[in-house]
Amino acid sequence: MKMDSMYQEIILDHYKHPHGKGLRDGDAEVHHVNPTCGDEITLRVRLDGSTVADISYDSQGCSISQASASVLNDLLVGKQIGEAQQVQEAFLELMQSKGQSEGDEELLEDAIAFAGVSKYPARVKCALLSWMAWKDATAQALAETPVRESA
Amino acid sequence: MIHTPRPGLVVPGGAAASALDTDAIRKDFPILQRVLHDGKPLVYLDSAATSQKPRQVLDAVNAYYEQHNANVHRGVHTLAEEATALYEGARDKVASFVNAPSRDEVIFTKNASESLNLVANMLGWADEPYRVDADSEIVITEMEHHSNIVPWQLLSQRTGAKLKWFGLTDDGRLDLSNIDEIITEKTKVVSFVLVSNILGTINPVEAIVRRAQDVGALVVIDASQAAPHMPLDVQALEADFVAFTGHKMLAPTGIGVLWGRQELLEDLPPFLGGGEMIETVSMSSSTYAPAPHKFEAGTPPISQAIGLGAAIDYLSAIGMENIAAHEKEIVEYAVRRLQEVPDLKIIGPDTAEDRGAAISFTLGDIHPHDVGQVLDEQGIAVRVGHHCARPVCLRYGIPATTRASFYLYSTEAEVDALIDGLHTVRAFFG
Repeated sequence: MKMDSMYQEIILDHYKHPHGKGLRDGDAEVHHVNPTCGDEITLRVRLDGSTVADISYDSQGCSISQASASVLNDLLVGKQIGEAQQVQEAFLELMQSKGQSEGDEELLEDAIAFAGVSKYPARVKCALLSWMAWKDATAQALAETPVRESA
Repeated sequence: MIHTPRPGLVVPGGAAASALDTDAIRKDFPILQRVLHDGKPLVYLDSAATSQKPRQVLDAVNAYYEQHNANVHRGVHTLAEEATALYEGARDKVASFVNAPSRDEVIFTKNASESLNLVANMLGWADEPYRVDADSEIVITEMEHHSNIVPWQLLSQRTGAKLKWFGLTDDGRLDLSNIDEIITEKTKVVSFVLVSNILGTINPVEAIVRRAQDVGALVVIDASQAAPHMPLDVQALEADFVAFTGHKMLAPTGIGVLWGRQELLEDLPPFLGGGEMIETVSMSSSTYAPAPHKFEAGTPPISQAIGLGAAIDYLSAIGMENIAAHEKEIVEYAVRRLQEVPDLKIIGPDTAEDRGAAISFTLGDIHPHDVGQVLDEQGIAVRVGHHCARPVCLRYGIPATTRASFYLYSTEAEVDALIDGLHTVRAFFG
């Protein structure tokens, strides 16, 4: 069935067993919505120096948006902010590829499972919801507590 | 269950086994022959969002552009006169379709949203006794489409008027138990939907109109989901304004209707200014054309209005009573079959009683987006989301619904396809 290209087993696994879900302490919190379908996420970022110490979230929405938040947590927590931003940009590029890109597996790991979603314009926003929330929250956290360059 | 007689809605009981020859009707709709994906025939269950268009409507629009295209009301040449006759002929057809006392009470807009915004703006700029100001109250309901919420919120914010609304009962109907506290002597306008686009509920017009008339409030009815599906009689409704849109009733997009009582249209001020709506213009001031032209500034949607006229011809030839009877059969069948699907919960009335042709539901914890996507792979088009009626989702504590909606070309076989599709959805996400 064609929809298997969207609903990869990895996506369904993350949807049924989301990683890192629930709100914990953070340096910044944002609330993003996808007005076309009612997906919502409240997301907090905690930074530890220049490291993404935690991404916690409370969300409701479709399997794509839920799985995407879970993958985001998996991939970015523990990374240096700069690296995390590279992954975020690569994911954004993949989702805007209209099915023309397979994604850089080294950089995106499980997130390349979303390549099939990029063929469905109505669903791209679902996949990007948590990632745009993370970008926004990280910018806010950085504005409040600028990262100290390590010596 | 309270059964309120509804003026303007004639739904005959005891319909025959099949009120319409859907095989013949479907042949008029080229798009219904489409095959999607791996050879799956299109099952179009999204007519509440927009209806499909019969060849007769497409032909009328084409014929206008190929043979008669000209601007209306402003030329003496042959084409201009033909275009004007076609455009004004469409107005006659609409007037007759809704049983308007006068063709001059039919204003063409671009859609129902514009019709409702037009009323809200007329009342904001009006003189007494219609003027909505800080001492006034505006009444709507919790089941309105955003197009009948936001214009009134804007009017309330701009004038200081208080916005009030009727809540909903657990079974998807208006809670009118506190009608005397909601509609009061301060109420200037009551605006409500005749048939809910998300719940499918057909509302008890008479009770609301009676109370509004008692306090001297104007009544605005959003008939967007009623006009396509059942006989509509603005005189029987006893409303002051009735709004609906063409594209949900076989016409092209870009054409809507506002019917208003003549004396109100004479008294109320224009909203949009421009060409066509004037009588004389000098650099310091203007006088206005009589209604309906006073409210139709600029070149109107000519081909769209002609398309609406052709749509009305098509619907009238079949008969609105027959269409209503057909849809009642389909809805009865769909409500019964949907309730056979495990974990499926209908949001709105769970019987076919006082119910329109849109049925919203949730399917366990499976998000409507996922339901809609997997159905689409089987060629089944449904709408998912909050259906521009987010307060209804908030009221029932759900993020969104899946909505199947039916029309004169819908068949029981399509309901069966939907049910099979929903079983596939459950298997996929189970």
